[in-house]
Amino acid sequence: MSESEFILKVEDIHKSFGSSEVLKGVSFNVKKGETICFIGPSGTGKSTLLRCINQLTIPDSGRVLLNGEEVTHAGSKINHFRQKIGMVFQNFYLFDHLTAVRNVEIALIKVKGMNAKDAREKAMTELRQVGMADWADHYPAELSGGQAQRVSIARALAMDPDVMLFDEPTSALDPELTREVLEVMKKLAQQGMTMLVVTHEMGFACSVANQILFMEHGIIKEQGSPQVLLNDPKFERCKAFIGQFREYSQ
Amino acid sequence: METIAFLVDIIIPAFWNGLLVTLALIAVTAPIGLALGIAIACGRVYGGKFLSRFFQGYTIFFKGCPLLLLLFILYFGLPPYGITLSPFVASIIGFILCNSAYNSEYIRGAILSVKEGQLTAAKALGMTRNQAIRFVVLPQALRRAIPGISNEFIYLIKYSSLAYMITVIELTGAGKLIATKYFAYNETFFALAVVYLALVTITTFGANAIERKFAIPG
Repeated sequence: MSESEFILKVEDIHKSFGSSEVLKGVSFNVKKGETICFIGPSGTGKSTLLRCINQLTIPDSGRVLLNGEEVTHAGSKINHFRQKIGMVFQNFYLFDHLTAVRNVEIALIKVKGMNAKDAREKAMTELRQVGMADWADHYPAELSGGQAQRVSIARALAMDPDVMLFDEPTSALDPELTREVLEVMKKLAQQGMTMLVVTHEMGFACSVANQILFMEHGIIKEQGSPQVLLNDPKFERCKAFIGQFREYSQ
Repeated sequence: METIAFLVDIIIPAFWNGLLVTLALIAVTAPIGLALGIAIACGRVYGGKFLSRFFQGYTIFFKGCPLLLLLFILYFGLPPYGITLSPFVASIIGFILCNSAYNSEYIRGAILSVKEGQLTAAKALGMTRNQAIRFVVLPQALRRAIPGISNEFIYLIKYSSLAYMITVIELTGAGKLIATKYFAYNETFFALAVVYLALVTITTFGANAIERKFAIPG
């Protein structure tokens, strides 16, 4: 596989907080249009890894390359890269003082310099895409968790990112709301969006992901397509982890 | 009848002139005090170690220094060093220093109450830190600081009377002159209290209206 096929390359990322080393050398590559799900026990560095990709957390060492350009050590250019790497958070982090549509359009106007009319049009298109156009004039506090998360997906999509990072996007939601968010994400994956998803939704990971990366103790312990991970006896640890979720759901 | 005539013929014209000076003191101090308060608060929260310490010192000093003493220093204490300020300018400077120190504390508290995630999300969208502070954090923080800022505005209305101590004939000064001249302390000071009460009441209603207008639904 040639180097240029990879839209995102993550090379040997290390990150420590104090004396605790959270990431101990994580490397992987992502092809355009791929959905990669990160699974594994809590506190194993999955969210930190995502935040290292867009430099919200600065890794101690290692490199991140987007379309061949280095994101790590980008200096002030990091804001340019962050526009290309959309991120959706567990707790949505919608801007509380802005309506849904203003949440989506603010970065278009302030960061991309788009005029108000075009930004509004683009914001409404993205809200329609996630089924939230009817709620455009509502404030975050007036939305359910699932609705808020869909708006935050629209907000990230509006920047026309090359890659979308999802940091446990459904962990704060009940099963019904989880479903509506996962539907939107599934649709995005089908449309060819490149997505990196940290999740505990095994059903989603198994059915949508091209690759599952199982992380434990700050390293990628096992990785492969869902079929391979679930059926190949070589991948015992990952299978056991997924198995625990299945036990409870039965 | 005599009291009413005194009120209409003497007190109201004198108070009117004093009131205009008081309003001028407030009109100059309040916006500058607020702008400076915002800048100091941002400096303390986001400014790094040196700036943060510097502004911390500023707030400790001007919150701790009695305002009257500050006015005396500005008006009586500076001329030997070649700086002579008019009473009005000395008052304005003293009020701004005090007003901004207090405002900065209300705003700093409000900034700290805005969840970290708001800044994180703004950065994740490609905003610079300044953009994130300006368009995301401050609009939320200032809303939360409205009760504190309006309270400080009310204090300003009242402590503007201290300008009289350095010869600015504002509302209280005008009252004191009338009271002494006509030996009518009770009538004059009672009328003065009513005017201040009216100013404070109008401000309170105004602040409530602003708070309602900018309240975030939900």
